[in-house]
Amino acid sequence: MTKLVIDNVSRIFPGVRGGAPVTALTPTNLSVAANDFITILGPSGCGKSTLLRIVAGLDRPSAGEVRLDGRRITGPGADRGMVFQSYTLFPWLTVAQNIAFGLREKGRREAETRDIVASYIDKVGLRGFENHWPKQLSGGMQQRTAIARALANDPEILLLDEPFGALDNQTRSLMQELLLGIWERERKTVLFVTHDIEEAIFLASRVIVMSARPGRIKADLAVDLPHPRDYKMKTSPEFSALKARLTEEIRVEAVLAATEH
Amino acid sequence: MLRPLEPIGQGARIVLGISFFILFVLGWGFATFGGYVSRTFLADPLTMVADGWALLADHGFLFDIGVTIWRVVGGFVLAAIVAVPLGILMGAYKPIEAFFEPFVSFARYLPASAFIPLLILWAGIGEVQKLLVIFIGSVFQIILMVAVSVGSTRRDLVEAAYTLGARDTGIVRRVMIPANAPEIAEILRLVLGWAWTYVIVAELIGSSSGIGHMIIDSQALLATGQIIFGIIVIGLIGLVSDFLFKAANRWLFPWRLA
Repeated sequence: MTKLVIDNVSRIFPGVRGGAPVTALTPTNLSVAANDFITILGPSGCGKSTLLRIVAGLDRPSAGEVRLDGRRITGPGADRGMVFQSYTLFPWLTVAQNIAFGLREKGRREAETRDIVASYIDKVGLRGFENHWPKQLSGGMQQRTAIARALANDPEILLLDEPFGALDNQTRSLMQELLLGIWERERKTVLFVTHDIEEAIFLASRVIVMSARPGRIKADLAVDLPHPRDYKMKTSPEFSALKARLTEEIRVEAVLAATEH
Repeated sequence: MLRPLEPIGQGARIVLGISFFILFVLGWGFATFGGYVSRTFLADPLTMVADGWALLADHGFLFDIGVTIWRVVGGFVLAAIVAVPLGILMGAYKPIEAFFEPFVSFARYLPASAFIPLLILWAGIGEVQKLLVIFIGSVFQIILMVAVSVGSTRRDLVEAAYTLGARDTGIVRRVMIPANAPEIAEILRLVLGWAWTYVIVAELIGSSSGIGHMIIDSQALLATGQIIFGIIVIGLIGLVSDFLFKAANRWLFPWRLA
């Protein structure tokens, strides 16, 4: 069943100070099946974040439209939860209050909110930190809270924009397993943007490769590795084969981008 | 020894802070007791203390202090009640900002003290006139500073709130206001300090009570000790109110210090 349809979506940014307009995204089509985990892989400047922001409703397409469950997206909403690369927890709210933000906005009952928050605190392993301020948390813990905050809202689709990009390698690896574990249990529809090839393969049931200048979809690759997955899989021959192939695809792009200027 | 940004211990900080006060009074005592400055124009520190004691004990100066504090706080609170909500609206909604900002920017440079003659014509020399001076002196400053602060709310926090289902009023109420509340408190602390300079000016003209009135009376009597005592009292009150504001901020916004 198709959950999300990206229908001929393009984005052209107007030129700055009389300069030429920049095409961030050429007309792009993508359909996402329900409960699929899709990673969008590409070098910086390939329009992958722009595409995700358009799905979130934070940016508007210059042409085309995005439909979620058949309804056209016109702006941001609680049905599309988002986790950002920058730390976007509300610094004046505790961990528990941050996770409850969307539920309070929906006007859920107090007791119900408390139960949902507690269950997500457990799922992201933050028990004991409910009443901490974001400032008191490490980067990994902040992003775990951000994931819990987005999921507690029970969105139709979860959007993640390089959420682990600012974390160190070890933490990043643990976070990937945590996120994948949640997905394996709850089967949400997920759209995950990254420039890390290993991350893209490890998490995805399908990898979309994008290329830069102008941004467009270059390849669409199914990842048939079995679930549940853990870190050991990253050294398996199947994984390595996929990685070699994607490295080749991305490398061409990076070389092009580097020689263009 | 002195290296840029090298931190300093708590004890050393207090000792250094107090020692300049001592040095200042010593310098003052040296100039006056040493006869380098005429007593007519500058009282020595001991005379100042004696004059101050006489003011408090015999001339009901505590009442004047109370009146002045009430004027500052009254005018300031009125200004804050008008300015903070307006500043928040201007920071959040660009058309509202476009409507008010040019006028407020202009009005900010109108010196409050220059309004005193006009305000006396309009409101007499009673309390209303004093409150209006403080109000005019504070309100435009607060509006502009709050608007700038709210207008520079972190955009990614606003976007995160949108993706969590917040509507426009929710963004203002649950993101922009709490995000900037400490900054707004800091603005109020700053402007309250300025309000103190306006109140004294207001009391120098057409007033029968207050610290400023005492100062202008003392000038006629060449009682420089009293004048200096009045000035020091203002400084002390400023210091105390500053301390109270900072303590309140620490208590209200623990997340900032965490």
